[in-house]
Amino acid sequence: MKKGRVWKYGDDVNTDVIFPGKYTYTPMEPEEMASHALEDLDSDFASQVRENDVIVGGRNFGCGSSREQAASCLKYAGVQAVVAQSFARIFFRNAVNQGLPVIISEEAPDRLEKGEEVSIDFQRNEIITQRARIPFAPLPDSVQKILDAGGLVPYTKKKIGRDKS
Amino acid sequence: MGKTFSEKVLSAKSGKDVRAGDIVTVSPDYILSHDNSAAIIKKFRMFGVERVSRPEKIVIVLDHVTPASSEKYAQNHKEIREFVKEQGLSHFFDINNGICHQVFCEQGFALPGKLIVGSDSHTTSYGSLGVFSAGIGRTEAASVWATNEIWLRVPETIKIELSGKLKPGVSAKDVILKIIGDNGADRANYKAVEFIGPAAQEFSISSRFVLCNMAAEMGAKNGYFPADKTVEEYLSSITGEKIEPVCSDEDASFESVLSYDLSLIGPQVACPHTVDNVKPVSEVEGLAFDQGLIGTCTNGRLEDLKEAASILKGKKIAPSVRVIVVPASRQEYLKALREGVMETLIEAGCVVLNPGCGPCLGAHQGVLAPGERALSTANRNFRGRMGSRDSEIYLASPATVAASAVGGKLCDPRKYL
Repeated sequence: MKKGRVWKYGDDVNTDVIFPGKYTYTPMEPEEMASHALEDLDSDFASQVRENDVIVGGRNFGCGSSREQAASCLKYAGVQAVVAQSFARIFFRNAVNQGLPVIISEEAPDRLEKGEEVSIDFQRNEIITQRARIPFAPLPDSVQKILDAGGLVPYTKKKIGRDKS
Repeated sequence: MGKTFSEKVLSAKSGKDVRAGDIVTVSPDYILSHDNSAAIIKKFRMFGVERVSRPEKIVIVLDHVTPASSEKYAQNHKEIREFVKEQGLSHFFDINNGICHQVFCEQGFALPGKLIVGSDSHTTSYGSLGVFSAGIGRTEAASVWATNEIWLRVPETIKIELSGKLKPGVSAKDVILKIIGDNGADRANYKAVEFIGPAAQEFSISSRFVLCNMAAEMGAKNGYFPADKTVEEYLSSITGEKIEPVCSDEDASFESVLSYDLSLIGPQVACPHTVDNVKPVSEVEGLAFDQGLIGTCTNGRLEDLKEAASILKGKKIAPSVRVIVVPASRQEYLKALREGVMETLIEAGCVVLNPGCGPCLGAHQGVLAPGERALSTANRNFRGRMGSRDSEIYLASPATVAASAVGGKLCDPRKYL
């Protein structure tokens, strides 16, 4: 299991603060996208985030625009999962499609603290800290399959290959 | 037990008897995208297929940064035009048409009972014509291009019953702001919102568009008005196709039922930095602002421009503010021109931009500087959306923006009636 640190935010973290609209129609390499992650929410994030860190939000994480970079910039920044009480539906889909695990948990956001070390057991569906093991509900099968494939591109590629053969 | 509109459409499309909560795999009737088509094309190339699955289902409208404001945007547009040619896509609308959602309806793609997905969060707008339409992301748009398939969860439905008559100076925008303020930005997350009742039927298509457009700001998967005579009349001038409305059954199961008496609603304002931070205009009256925006896909139709012009007629906007007008489409722009509405707005001191998304997303045209404040008829007021992260956006109706522009301070439009 990979260990990372918690970055904690509140309710209604919208896609404009995750990845500002002014960049959305500018083609960018992954590294550059990662450098703008959470730019208008937390100016320390992009420079200090480390591989396998975990973002924790409250309700309605990722609300607003359908821009997919809101999910992919976090993935490219090395984030291993986003944990929130609820997700806006398009962000949820985008994250799954980018292979970025999303965890819906009512209690985890309250129990996790900023900066604390955390790992996620995706086999047992548990978030593990030094103080606690917090269970979370598995995703629906059809959604989990896309995540397991590493996102919608590899998933669809496989599917097209199967349909052809 | 009967079915909701969404359950019916998704049952018909999946060929299964499905209910809220089920996950279905369906082929949408159309798939919309805009300037983000360039990014979708890149994803599409990754699938290892040469041709799109159903070219006749793909609708592309260039609207977000039009005309291109930089070399990068120009390159984006160029790649899209080349792809359109390469794949033989016939439903392509270049920069001279307007905002994708308005153009999509004007071109007759949005027909009652159809299932439409779009790579834009305000795809919910077509519910104004009795369509099931939901926003999706770029990679899945590419996947639909390649496979003609997408998974969707059948949404629960929140029914919103509208009764009573709107007071003069109050419009659809105030109604939806009031509903979002009361219920919160995530109240309808993953859910369908159905607008029904005597007052819902009284609404014009343009007003219905405002409510369905902003249903997205409650998190809704789709917004919906039952297709009635008003829809039939609107569509009869656009398409010869037979209209087959789909409506919720009386005994369908709803997640909840909310009721609003429109006669009790006054002008509303969504304050920074969330759309559900809504207050009656009286609570923020007197607030100075720098830029007014009248238009966008939310409020850029003839009805909205007229509402603004009726207040600005014979008046001048205050020297301390600048007001930008963005018609939703070329068709709406022309109608407003022919009725003298644009003349009134220009005489009052407004700057008119070409139809498109313009300043709404802060990519070009009317970007805000640090410390500036905008009063806008658009649908979002998130931090930094229109430019600097240190600017502020207030959302209101066209009447409120126009009235406030006269004195340069936020005010109740009813004082100009």
